[in-house]
Amino acid sequence: MTDKFDKEPADGKPSAGVSKEGTALAPEAIKAIPVRHYGRWISGVIVLGLLALLINAFATAKKINWGAVGDYIFDPTVLAGAGRTLLISILAMIMGVVLGVILAVMRMSKNPVTSSVAWLYIWIFRGTPVYVQLLIWFNLALVFEYLNLGPFYKDEMVQVMTPFMAALLGLGLNEAAYMAEICRAGLMAVDEGQTEAAHALGMSHGKTLRRIVIPQAMRVIVPPTGNEFINMLKTSSLVYVVTYNELLRATSTIGSTSYAVMELLFVASIWYLVMTSVFSVFQYYLERRFARGSLRQLPPTPWQKVKANLISIGGRERGASA
Amino acid sequence: MTAMVKAEGVHKAYGAVQVLKGIDLEVQTGEVFCLIGPSGSGKSTFLRCINHLEKINAGRLYVDGELVGYRQKGDKLYELKDSEVAQQRRDIGMVFQRFNLFPHMTAAENVMEAPIQVKGVSKSQARERAHELLTKVGLGDKAGNYPSQLSGGQQQRVAIARALAMEPKLMLFDEPTSALDPELVGDVLDVMRDLAESGMTMVVVTHEMGFAREVGDSVVFMDGGVVVESGNPREVLTNPQHERTQAFLSKVL
Ligand SMILES: Nc1ncnc2c1ncn2[C@@H]1O[C@H](COP(=O)(O)OP(=O)(O)O)[C@@H](O)[C@H]1O
Ligand SMILES: [Mg+2]
Repeated sequence: MTDKFDKEPADGKPSAGVSKEGTALAPEAIKAIPVRHYGRWISGVIVLGLLALLINAFATAKKINWGAVGDYIFDPTVLAGAGRTLLISILAMIMGVVLGVILAVMRMSKNPVTSSVAWLYIWIFRGTPVYVQLLIWFNLALVFEYLNLGPFYKDEMVQVMTPFMAALLGLGLNEAAYMAEICRAGLMAVDEGQTEAAHALGMSHGKTLRRIVIPQAMRVIVPPTGNEFINMLKTSSLVYVVTYNELLRATSTIGSTSYAVMELLFVASIWYLVMTSVFSVFQYYLERRFARGSLRQLPPTPWQKVKANLISIGGRERGASA
Repeated sequence: MTAMVKAEGVHKAYGAVQVLKGIDLEVQTGEVFCLIGPSGSGKSTFLRCINHLEKINAGRLYVDGELVGYRQKGDKLYELKDSEVAQQRRDIGMVFQRFNLFPHMTAAENVMEAPIQVKGVSKSQARERAHELLTKVGLGDKAGNYPSQLSGGQQQRVAIARALAMEPKLMLFDEPTSALDPELVGDVLDVMRDLAESGMTMVVVTHEMGFAREVGDSVVFMDGGVVVESGNPREVLTNPQHERTQAFLSKVL
């Protein structure tokens, strides 16, 4: 929201390559020998060499049964575990984002009670390890035998605090504290003039927030949120401890019963890599979507880049043959 | 004639710093009222008080006979609720020095936003009106452009169209041409001149003395949070009575 306005396109300038007589001559294309980057080549060769050694060490290790990795990669138990990892990560993230936005708005509220409550929440949930928080939720029945919500709901805590619930609350509530800080930074990054302009038009606080401020804050919020989600996919392996049967727990169980501990850890790693990679691509498109209006032209998608390169190569060849 | 804006002893302080020290003035309905003065004299602050973007500390401020931001019962003042303040602002358009267009919306969407969100106008109706207004400010062909794809002068004209879309009875301009390259100032002033001719009541903070002289009906010279001199712009600007006015005008003219 800075001086974007000052950058006028510099058109209308006389173009180079117009000869004195006024006839436009195409300037001779520059044919220079590019700078040779020997360092890049040498370092590249060294890295590739080291990588080959490493791969070789694993591939030829007699104690690793690579066949087992192939056998178990699509095992139904493993797939179900990966599905649960995805499910708990998505649900916890949704919980984190929704609560995080609410906490961020509360934290910036003029009401001192509201902002203190949000501050306290963030202080506690960011200040303690998520592992400990998971264990606290899981063991809540030790101190509260019943969950009693007055006339609405009453049940034994062990019935309520299933592994799934403990995992969701542990991950989601913790994530909310981090998301609150990310959202707050995003909301504060939006120029105050935007709020003023909306208020001057007679828009309410809520509408100003929803229609004007939050959409602009998204540009700042989306990239770190994507990172948070990728982190969440991995952090969700901690819910192992509350006996929720996600990817790591599923693979470890098979690993220890079939004497293929390392192989199954590889299986888990492959699935984690697949999930994080897919979401990295998704995040790229999401960021592009929220850059709308802030750039004069959106950056090309990877596919558009490939297409443009192909066309330019084709074009050059055609030009040369003509 | 009735007063569109009436200020009685308006005071405003930021902490211990007194910015407005008792402003008394009247803006008549249908007139172009220019506010001039050196930087830091409180012009923007006063303009922002008129639509309650700033709360005043003392005095009274009326727009169209209605107290701004408060309700008076007997000798007690009650603060208006946020929704009531928003209701008052609907009828007052404001144009900012830095445009403050919504960057994530196209020119047309900028103009359509408030009528749809605040007045509940239908989308198609708002779109039609937006195109009319953009055409009026000379930007009929730029409706689909985002603000970042427009020059400063074009952005400011979109901002004027956006304010007009709410059909205000009063327009506030805070140095609308100060952030523009010199060659773009004229286009914006032309739009403002047309608006003045159509009978809009306008309060304009400006350093464009030519505009004040030609289009202005009244001018007020502010310095240090007080009104130093006021009157007909053709008189005040050519034959200032007060020493501070003379010193200021000799610098800007
Ligand atoms: N939000 C604020 N907090 C503190 N001081 C302010 C604030 N806004 C304006 N001021 C001060 O009030 C004075 C008048 O400012 P302003 O109304 O912007 O003057 P002008 O528009 O005439 O240049 C200046 O000295 C400025 O520093
Ligand atoms: Mg100012």
